[in-house]
Amino acid sequence: MVEEGEGARGVPLSGHVGFDSMPDQLVNKSVNHGFCFNILCVGETGLGKSTLMDTLFNTKFEGEPTQHNQPGVQLKSNTYELQESNVRLKLTVVNTVGFGDQINKEDSYKSIVEFIDTQFEAYLQEELKIKRTLHSYHDTRIHACLYFIAPTGHSLKSLDLVTMKKLDSKVNIIPIIAKSDAISKSELTKFKIKITSELVSNGVQIYQFPTDDETVAEINSTMNGHLPFAVVGSTEEVKIGNKMVRARQYPWGTVQVENENHCDFVKLREMLIRVNMEDLREQTHTRHYELYRRCKLEEMGFKDTDPDSKPFSLQETYEAKRNEFMGELQKKEEEMRQMFVQRVKEKEAELKEAEKELHEKFDRLKKLHQDEKKKLEDKKKSLDDELNGFKQKKTAAELLQAQTQQAGSSATLKKDKERKK
Amino acid sequence: DIWSLYRNIPTPVARNEKASSELGYVGIDAILEQMRRKAMKQGFEFNIMVVGQSGLGKSTLMNTLFKSKVSRRSVKTTEEERIPKTIEIKSISHDIEEKGVRMKLTVIDTPGFGDQINNENCWQPIMKFINAQYEQYLQEEINIDRKKKIPDSRVHCCIYFIPPTGHCLRPIDIEFMRHLSKVVNIVPVIAKADTLTLEERDFFKQKVREDLRANEIDIYPQKEFDEDAEDRMINEKIREMIPFAVVGSDQEYQVNGKRLLGRKTRWGTVEVENTTHCEFAYLRDLLIRTHMQNIKDITSSIHYEMYRVRRLNENNMHPNGQPTIHANGVPEHEVLSNEM
Repeated sequence: MVEEGEGARGVPLSGHVGFDSMPDQLVNKSVNHGFCFNILCVGETGLGKSTLMDTLFNTKFEGEPTQHNQPGVQLKSNTYELQESNVRLKLTVVNTVGFGDQINKEDSYKSIVEFIDTQFEAYLQEELKIKRTLHSYHDTRIHACLYFIAPTGHSLKSLDLVTMKKLDSKVNIIPIIAKSDAISKSELTKFKIKITSELVSNGVQIYQFPTDDETVAEINSTMNGHLPFAVVGSTEEVKIGNKMVRARQYPWGTVQVENENHCDFVKLREMLIRVNMEDLREQTHTRHYELYRRCKLEEMGFKDTDPDSKPFSLQETYEAKRNEFMGELQKKEEEMRQMFVQRVKEKEAELKEAEKELHEKFDRLKKLHQDEKKKLEDKKKSLDDELNGFKQKKTAAELLQAQTQQAGSSATLKKDKERKK
Repeated sequence: DIWSLYRNIPTPVARNEKASSELGYVGIDAILEQMRRKAMKQGFEFNIMVVGQSGLGKSTLMNTLFKSKVSRRSVKTTEEERIPKTIEIKSISHDIEEKGVRMKLTVIDTPGFGDQINNENCWQPIMKFINAQYEQYLQEEINIDRKKKIPDSRVHCCIYFIPPTGHCLRPIDIEFMRHLSKVVNIVPVIAKADTLTLEERDFFKQKVREDLRANEIDIYPQKEFDEDAEDRMINEKIREMIPFAVVGSDQEYQVNGKRLLGRKTRWGTVEVENTTHCEFAYLRDLLIRTHMQNIKDITSSIHYEMYRVRRLNENNMHPNGQPTIHANGVPEHEVLSNEM
């Protein structure tokens, strides 16, 4: 095969061809399939995670409030089908329940990391299948992690730093200051600066809104400077002027959720949903998932080139692994067979032993029985003898009696005879 | 505030202010715009193969379709025209752009096909090439360290040129399409259709469709991949028109005061884009304006996946070295292979 024009040269078109409809064709296909978006909310209990989700997507998600009585950190995931004009979105919201509640929080991050990895693993398994259906696969990988920072006004907690450090190579982290109506404006500025510098000095990689596309470069880079977003969530509506707005009403004033002077909620919504949702999905797939995949496969012993720098294909390694696995399987089978034979032998010996015992018992019993029998026979004999003796006596006695009677009766007869004379 | 930042952008990114501030509007549908942006930035790839005997106007048709000199012939003007002794596979790529949408178009030519005296197994080198592209993609895909965007050299569409005999499909046509329709999207066209009258054309088309059915050849759009009723309706209309009777030209002529692409003869000018003259416009619409994405999707999610399944199962079958039919479709021995 001959390949010409390797670095494809450009040619001008002399008329309208029509492939400018390709973006539309692509978009139509996606609209037909629907979209997936998965958000993970990490934060301590009571920071308003559920409320913020409700506010962001303008709906009431869960029925009952989450139970906070389980030990350890639980991850609760819920999937919702949303629709806006012709776009269908399968939204999954994952909440960390009990995060930060423990006395010892050393392992708090573990269940979160495990959860994220599990989703990557599921996708990897599907990708490695022989017969696979990637285009209709329900993607559960986490596209964005909203990290809720408590509005202390001072600095990040060590739990926050540790957790974010563990998560930053696995997921797009967007840090937000929760319940920010608790902080005054001046304190907020200081707080944000402190948080940002702490993140930088600890080497935590948070998600940067992309600035390579000139269409959105300006807005994204401006927003990058406003991180972390100070948000307030509310599903309650209050009348301001002649409009109903979502707000939190206090005796001293009302915090309007969608008022940019009051909080950064609008900024969060713009960035998360309206401008960068697709980029978040793409980064998850091309960066975080690829990293997971690479590490996982290397861990399993696959490599792209072997030490002799001969290109090893995954297929060949897969084949080798399979043989190794079959070999192991055979070995295990052999072991099991040996064990089985051994067990059988043992059992046989046991049974033989038992049989022998039974025989002995039987012999014993037989002997006993024979002895008894003999005893009984002896007794019978002696009884018989007695009986015979008794019989003899009886016959003798009877004979004597009979004789006496005869003598007596004949005597009587004689007497009678004499009387009669 | 945020709205001031939006005013500086050349193209609209978010909905207009009014809609955005409407109570209840979340902005989920903005993802469509985000996707469009991403697509524009990344650009598209399209790989089209042309197969047919020499002289059927393959290069001209490609140039007409893409309104520029994209075929190999056009680029190599000085080389002597010769018919190769074996089938060659020649790929040439161009970057084209329209209204901000960039496309890397690769035209794969197959000179020598059907030109020999003995054309037995002429489909084999082409099948091998197509499978080699699948193989290349697969190798990259199963790498540990793989590229962000895997370069796609898979053949998305194969245009098969049927000479306008007017009778029926020839054995070579049937052989080729029977084998290749299993691995690639085939769009058969009647070449140089200006030699047929409308009646002859209709008769020929009917015969071709019958032959395709009789030999169980599934051409694009394949019935079994219709997604829903709407799809089926649209595709049925297309299937009723296949094969498209086309005429190609890169020459413009003055017709009724307009400059049109056409072929000028003594008895009139054949207008390429006039649907009463030939079906070029339908072919162009199908390939480019409406079904290009679908063609690529069928290639990646069906043809490629089938190749992948065969290939990954290959190592599990015939462990004792029996002669196998390789996933590239050509058997070890020089025997006419059975279908896989």
